[in-house]
Amino acid sequence: MTAISTPAIVVSAEQRKRARSIGITYLVLAAVCLGIFTRRPGDAGFRISETGQFTLPAQGFAWVLGIVLVALAAAQLLRGFGKLSNVVLALAAATVFMSFLAWAAAGESFSFVGMLQDTVTRSVPITLGALGGILSERSGVINISIEGMLLAAACTSAIAASLTNLWLGTLVGALTGVGLAAVLAVMSIRYKVDQVIVGFAINFFALGVTSFISFRVLVPNRDTMNNLMPVKPISLPLLSDIPFFGQILFVQTIFVYFSFVAVALATWGLYRTKWGLRTRAIGEYPKAAGTLGVDVNKLRYRNLLLAGAVTGIGGAWWPIGIVGRFDQNITGGRGFIALAAVIFGRWHPVGALSGAMVFALAEAVRLKIGNFKTGIPSEFLIMAPFVVTLIVVAGFIGASRAPKAAGQPYEDQ
Amino acid sequence: MSDTLKSLRFTLLAIVAALFVSAFIIVITDIEALGDGNFGKAFSTLGSAYWGLFKGSFGSLRAISNTITGATPLLLAGLAVSSAFKAGLFNIGATGQMLAGAMTGLWVGFAFQLPAVLHVPLALLAAAVGGALFGAIPGVLKARTGAHEVITTIMLNGIASFTVLWVLKTEPFKRPGRDDAISKFTEESARLPKLFGFLGDRIDLLAHTGFLVALLATFAFWWLLRKTTLGFEMQATGLNQEAARYAGMRPKSLMVTSMAIAGAFAGLAGGTEVLGLYGYASATVAGDIGFDAIAVALLGRSTPVGTLFAALLFGALQAGGRQMQVDTDVPIDLIIVLRALIVMFIAAPLLVKAMFRVKGDVQSFGQTFRGWGG
Repeated sequence: MTAISTPAIVVSAEQRKRARSIGITYLVLAAVCLGIFTRRPGDAGFRISETGQFTLPAQGFAWVLGIVLVALAAAQLLRGFGKLSNVVLALAAATVFMSFLAWAAAGESFSFVGMLQDTVTRSVPITLGALGGILSERSGVINISIEGMLLAAACTSAIAASLTNLWLGTLVGALTGVGLAAVLAVMSIRYKVDQVIVGFAINFFALGVTSFISFRVLVPNRDTMNNLMPVKPISLPLLSDIPFFGQILFVQTIFVYFSFVAVALATWGLYRTKWGLRTRAIGEYPKAAGTLGVDVNKLRYRNLLLAGAVTGIGGAWWPIGIVGRFDQNITGGRGFIALAAVIFGRWHPVGALSGAMVFALAEAVRLKIGNFKTGIPSEFLIMAPFVVTLIVVAGFIGASRAPKAAGQPYEDQ
Repeated sequence: MSDTLKSLRFTLLAIVAALFVSAFIIVITDIEALGDGNFGKAFSTLGSAYWGLFKGSFGSLRAISNTITGATPLLLAGLAVSSAFKAGLFNIGATGQMLAGAMTGLWVGFAFQLPAVLHVPLALLAAAVGGALFGAIPGVLKARTGAHEVITTIMLNGIASFTVLWVLKTEPFKRPGRDDAISKFTEESARLPKLFGFLGDRIDLLAHTGFLVALLATFAFWWLLRKTTLGFEMQATGLNQEAARYAGMRPKSLMVTSMAIAGAFAGLAGGTEVLGLYGYASATVAGDIGFDAIAVALLGRSTPVGTLFAALLFGALQAGGRQMQVDTDVPIDLIIVLRALIVMFIAAPLLVKAMFRVKGDVQSFGQTFRGWGG
């Protein structure tokens, strides 16, 4: 009888390092819970619907969680959780987040569901911008100009929507994105200009032109050219009745639904269609694709224009989806956050969506928590999104591999 | 025609092209004049705008001083971006590094009582060290975890901005009697002397000797690249990390060093602004300089001399733009458009060649940044 030996688990140095850093993360989180979150007495009320709410005792919760985290750290450092380690990590992070909220809202109550709803709302431009980034970079063109496209589209769509209607406004926003994407495309494909330079030039151009227009045209003609009623949230029938999640996901504006559909379509398109295969091929190894008869540059043009349209709709979100007007530099660097979301999500639409959500959540938390008297200076709350992104990227995402040909012009042989 | 002349001609043509496009923008946004069909007025606005641009940048000693004042931080921060590019890193974090340097320089500037010969260099050193330490963070993160510097520097900019906002309101830094984010003044002994101080006490000449610091830094950058092993290894790693590793270099530690050097340049940019121009720090001390510095580095092709000229050009546009805004109703934001167009046209010699129907070869530039790296 042959002995059945269990194969030894092969662990690379990389994996071991990651396991260790996760263990240290648990320790840090435990220290934060025990050291900070146990400091404020009182129950925190989390409203989860119009009437319902649950309460967490801030101190008790933090004590228990802190001890559990120490145990998790020990387990992680000694033997690890194997395949479950990501699940455990996500659960731990979510619980620490709840403990943070309980600490901040101790003795008061706040709309938990409203905060998450706000998160989803605010993720729209980041998600759509990141999708634009993914579409161009997957085809082999670096797109640093997401910020510029968002900003320019926000400006033109505000003007167009003020003068005509919201649909035309959004369309003009999309076309503005297409226009700038065409500049990026022509410059990088036809004139073979360094793609990072073109991208940055587009950002500067958009910032300059929109500030210029804002000052010279929109301020003097505020009522006629920069004044509109943004769209209202639509409750999707049935879906919006789902307790808790219905309110968060399905009582939203059309922009949110569009961004969900766009992420789904992009994922399906990139991984399940001929177009997607070709797109990924020209981003990884254009020569091979070219040899097999794909018109590399034509496909790059088409994908870039599509990326511009998607990003442009993301830009239209500001005036038409939420604010009702254009202000100078209204995007405030969200395009760069979108760029970070692209890398964060490893050039995958769903990954980018989750990156956008992390950032949007941090932003929504800041807006809610700002009302509580936690004793932490407001500056630290405002920087929370940056800190969270930094920790997530450095701690858990690590190195991500970009499409290989991104940045290189292609020449037909 | 020699290569230098050729590239000079292209640079000039690119600037002309950029001025043309901006002129078009000025005219078509003059809605009132165009609405009345008054083209003459629209064009005379254009004329006085461009005249103001020139007058404000080179038209007088004061204008030249303003150009130099604007160019000083742009040059230092531009070096921060250029030096990182040379090592294959994309440093978007000059803003944060400037703020770090501004704070450490400021602190040494008010916390010590020293004679000026010691105080000025010490404060500048503190600024460089502050910037270097802050700049090293994305280097360490990339070396240890692989986190991409584009993400980490953007996030660190945000963190630095809001930390500074808070620091400026804390006890040692805040100005007595003020509740907003504004610091107390540094000691007089820590101030950089005025550049045109030898002309007597002219308070309208803002240019300070931070410009000389910037020139020295430019020289140091050139020397680093051309004369030192470290500079060679940085560039080798920037060109091909794998090959550099095979050649026995240590890309990871070079990553940290390169980012620290970049941070030191940017820290000096923040320090010279505080010690030379303002004498105190506010939340806007770094402004958009860290961002503009990226354009400076791109325009200067990351070389020491290129960065110097790009910074001078941008400084001139900034000084001229202010005059333009005063003389006409054309907002200074036009300068951002002009800068964008100049960067674009200079990067696209093939396009300029097509526009002006120039014959002959165009020298093509290599890539600044080799994609996202792996």
